[in-house]
Amino acid sequence: MALIKINHVSIRSISATVPQQIHYTKDYEYISEQERNLFIKNTGIEQRRVAPSHITAADLCYHSALQTIDILQWDKNSIDALIFVTQSPDYFIPASSIILQHKLELSKDTIAFDINLGCSGYVYGLYVVGSLLQSGQIKRAILLAGDKSTLSTCYKDKSTYPLFGDAGSATALEYVAKAPPIFFHLQSDSSGEDAIKIPHGGSRYHIQPDTFDEVEIEPGIIRSKRHLQLLGADIFNFTLREVAPNANKLFHFSDIEKEKIDYFVFHQANHFMNESVRKKMKLPPEKVPYSIHKFGNTSSASIPLTIVTELKNQLNAPHTLMLSGFGVGFSWASCVFHVNNMLVNHLIEIH
Amino acid sequence: MIDVHEFISLLEKEFDDLSPGTLTPNTNYRDIPNWSSMHALIIIAFADAHFNVELTATELKNTQTIQDLYNVIQSKMNQ
Repeated sequence: MALIKINHVSIRSISATVPQQIHYTKDYEYISEQERNLFIKNTGIEQRRVAPSHITAADLCYHSALQTIDILQWDKNSIDALIFVTQSPDYFIPASSIILQHKLELSKDTIAFDINLGCSGYVYGLYVVGSLLQSGQIKRAILLAGDKSTLSTCYKDKSTYPLFGDAGSATALEYVAKAPPIFFHLQSDSSGEDAIKIPHGGSRYHIQPDTFDEVEIEPGIIRSKRHLQLLGADIFNFTLREVAPNANKLFHFSDIEKEKIDYFVFHQANHFMNESVRKKMKLPPEKVPYSIHKFGNTSSASIPLTIVTELKNQLNAPHTLMLSGFGVGFSWASCVFHVNNMLVNHLIEIH
Repeated sequence: MIDVHEFISLLEKEFDDLSPGTLTPNTNYRDIPNWSSMHALIIIAFADAHFNVELTATELKNTQTIQDLYNVIQSKMNQ
């Protein structure tokens, strides 16, 4: 069972970047006004950020990394690892993390690789980076997490298009002998692989004659095989079934009582779905921040983006946080830890 | 399991725009004004929260009326 304790690792700083361009749900004229209102009421998404063609997820993460390195006043040569969680890399090859190693002017002694995960990716990334650091053989690492999900959706698919926004983040982690432990619970189940999928373009079904054919799946849902598909009922059932038990096992394993946790930061999937989980876990609303109304679902960036936009002022003092990411794969994970002296930086906007 | 009429009054509360007494056991719930896939998610959450039952997309597709919905939830509770 993937219940894991990471010792000697401190989360030092979190930065997030979004594109300046805002898309408002009320302007999504493909669906009726009534449907738009119902969509906003249920998903919570009033607006989201959309990156123009010249800005990629790597660019959003690049600006986040620069800010975090600058604020910590880290010597770039002291950074040993740069790990990028993304499902929208700049290229199929090479890995975007390696491109960013050079662009950020980090040393050639930097460990750099990408991790292909979405909604659960931030927590998985913290686990991977925590594992790299905990032995103390390397001391400093930057975790990047972000996606340009708006590239994958079809305007004529009301089940995906108005949901996603673009964002990138950077989290600085450091080996600190006396850091309190970070506890993780990581899980996977590919029986849900079709629930969130871009069917064509990879090597299983590469570009084919029908890849770009737009097909009506049901009224209001038209897309091609290179677009993202979402099976809402399957995702919803998965979330209701798995997220609360995953967290409950984590509380038990870590010996940190649920009541002692100050904030529960969930992946921002859908307000109604997240609220169902919150109620199931019997969490008070004031401990569960949301940023989804402003940014939509931003994939692996949604947890750090929520911390930056909703908890910046609260995290000046020591706190206990639980983070939980869940979705594409299916893949889901949670972690719990005490923070002290973690810098939460102001949101960056680029155009 | 509560009877179908109590079931209906609970369900009506989940849909903000529905006044009490709108639904009957024979109502085809897809005829609810402005029905959308979002309502399907509300029904899934309703089955989970009140009856601890997971309604799959296929099970939902196979139901038409409120009575069908009641029956499938009841049968899954007895499993």
